[in-house]
Amino acid sequence: MPDYPGRVILGIDTSLGSAVAVVEPDGVIRAQTVSADPRGHAEMIGTLIERALAEASIGPSDVTHVAAGMGPGPFTGLRVGIAAARTFALGRAVPVVPVVSHDAVALELLLHDALTGGYEDAADEPFAVVTDARRREFAYTLYRGLDADGLPVRLAEPALVPRDDLDAVLADAGAVRRDADRIPAAMLALAASRALAAGRTIGPADALYLRSPDVTLPHAPKRVGVPVLREPAGGAPRSIGDGERDEA
Amino acid sequence: MNASTSSATEPLVLGIETSCDETGIGIVRGRTLLSNTIASSMDEHARYGGVVPEVAARAHLEALQPSIEAALAESGVALADIDAVAVTSGPGLAGALMVGVGAAKALAVSLERPLYAVNHLVGHIAADILDDDAEPLEYPTVALLVSGGHTSLLLVRDLTTDVELLGETMDDAAGEAFDKVARLLGLPYPGGPEIDRAAASGDPTAIAFPRGLSRASDMAKHRYDFSFSGLKTAVARWVEQREAAGEPVPVADVAASFREAVVDVLVTKALAACRDHGVPRLLLGGGVIANRRLRDTALERGAAEGVTVRIPPLSLCTDNGAMIAALASELIMSGRQPSTLAFGADSTLPVTEIQVAESS
Ligand SMILES: [Zn+2]
Repeated sequence: MPDYPGRVILGIDTSLGSAVAVVEPDGVIRAQTVSADPRGHAEMIGTLIERALAEASIGPSDVTHVAAGMGPGPFTGLRVGIAAARTFALGRAVPVVPVVSHDAVALELLLHDALTGGYEDAADEPFAVVTDARRREFAYTLYRGLDADGLPVRLAEPALVPRDDLDAVLADAGAVRRDADRIPAAMLALAASRALAAGRTIGPADALYLRSPDVTLPHAPKRVGVPVLREPAGGAPRSIGDGERDEA
Repeated sequence: MNASTSSATEPLVLGIETSCDETGIGIVRGRTLLSNTIASSMDEHARYGGVVPEVAARAHLEALQPSIEAALAESGVALADIDAVAVTSGPGLAGALMVGVGAAKALAVSLERPLYAVNHLVGHIAADILDDDAEPLEYPTVALLVSGGHTSLLLVRDLTTDVELLGETMDDAAGEAFDKVARLLGLPYPGGPEIDRAAASGDPTAIAFPRGLSRASDMAKHRYDFSFSGLKTAVARWVEQREAAGEPVPVADVAASFREAVVDVLVTKALAACRDHGVPRLLLGGGVIANRRLRDTALERGAAEGVTVRIPPLSLCTDNGAMIAALASELIMSGRQPSTLAFGADSTLPVTEIQVAESS
């Protein structure tokens, strides 16, 4: 266990593919495992966690915090990682640190820009992390630079936009488009670590679905083909249950 | 029953069930029930008249952790004491199942404990084991599992090794039929208790609604299968004719006659299975067993045919995590290896797969 004094953060994200990482608070990445499969989150998650712990040469009891990617992302997959983060943390009686999944991408981009020069320019330039939200929509979050705690500054919270409207929306915001097709779990864990160090809460407690459940209220029971003998005054015949639909 | 109390022979198992709209967490030691904690999202589905998968899956994610904590508190067990984690792999709603599967895998890895991925339908049979007051279940037994999600007739030769599907519904589950007919009669969701209440003052012989898949030709080909969509249509047609003729709809008689048709077909086919296989035992399970008329009819007609009908406590008949823990406990006590971590949610998991992904 004690290669590590202090915090050891397990990062879990299934908002795009599945990703798990183990990170020390100073940013040293001890392990990072990824499955690019846009489905198969439930199949992969246990193996990825186990592999990440093994690669980091630690046991579950060495984990001090679990960073959970809260989305945005397609619901079915997103939930798997959040559920896993919560029960892993429960099993070790350690806290869950919720993180906006796009923050991990933003942090990676900003750190990369800092390392490769051009930090001065990049730091002040608004940009948007953009991910596929399915149903002809993108999810995007606007950022500009890092704050004093080393965390990406969110200019606006995650939102959905029709695919065809994205570029116009970003032009209005003066933001550069940065598409992402994976969430770096190590950056998720690092963002959590920096938030912990600063004593800040940076992610929502609940999943960032950004969409209501896709349901329509049921229609009145369909008629099954008995000839209607009398038309009630005022149009179509009403069936039992019509009132229920109208009120909701 | 085994008199030994060592943890090797009486494993302490935490079971997670999320196949439909109940988040069930159960804790079992051997064959002893320690907690059966259920959080239901039923109320959230009421306005839609049926279970909405996405609504159910969201509710599971929110209910899981508090339910696990409540189950631990109720049983006075610490997570560190758990010997194994169990989870429903299927059948059920895919998105709902995935929440439980992800949670169970991470919990097992976190606790460094074995994980048992099991079959929901076989879990319903395992619920019977937790009934302290009953004699141990004898094999073989026929099992009739009736709920809003499934209507299945099984032949159970051995709980952990040999379960055969005799028949199942070709369209709606029986519970769904109750919901749809309730809607038709202007009664709220869930339909089962509402139909029951309305039927109390009705005449079950007032209207001769059809018994699905019960004609001689059907009984040759679909002897143990069920169909309720024709019955639902027949009820709709009958009600419409009344309305079209400007006559009042006798809701009590319609409810009682509809319920009688469902119960008659369920019990007739279950007892036919007992007779055909020479098995004088019938086990009932699933949420629709809460219907008193179904229980009474099964007991009555079973007794007349020399078939012993077993009904676990109703809290164990509806979907729950205790039955999942109980099944895993039986698997462990019979020496089965845990599941690997490489399994998923299987919405159509066949009943013959009692345990999923057993490690070699
Ligand atoms: Zn069930």
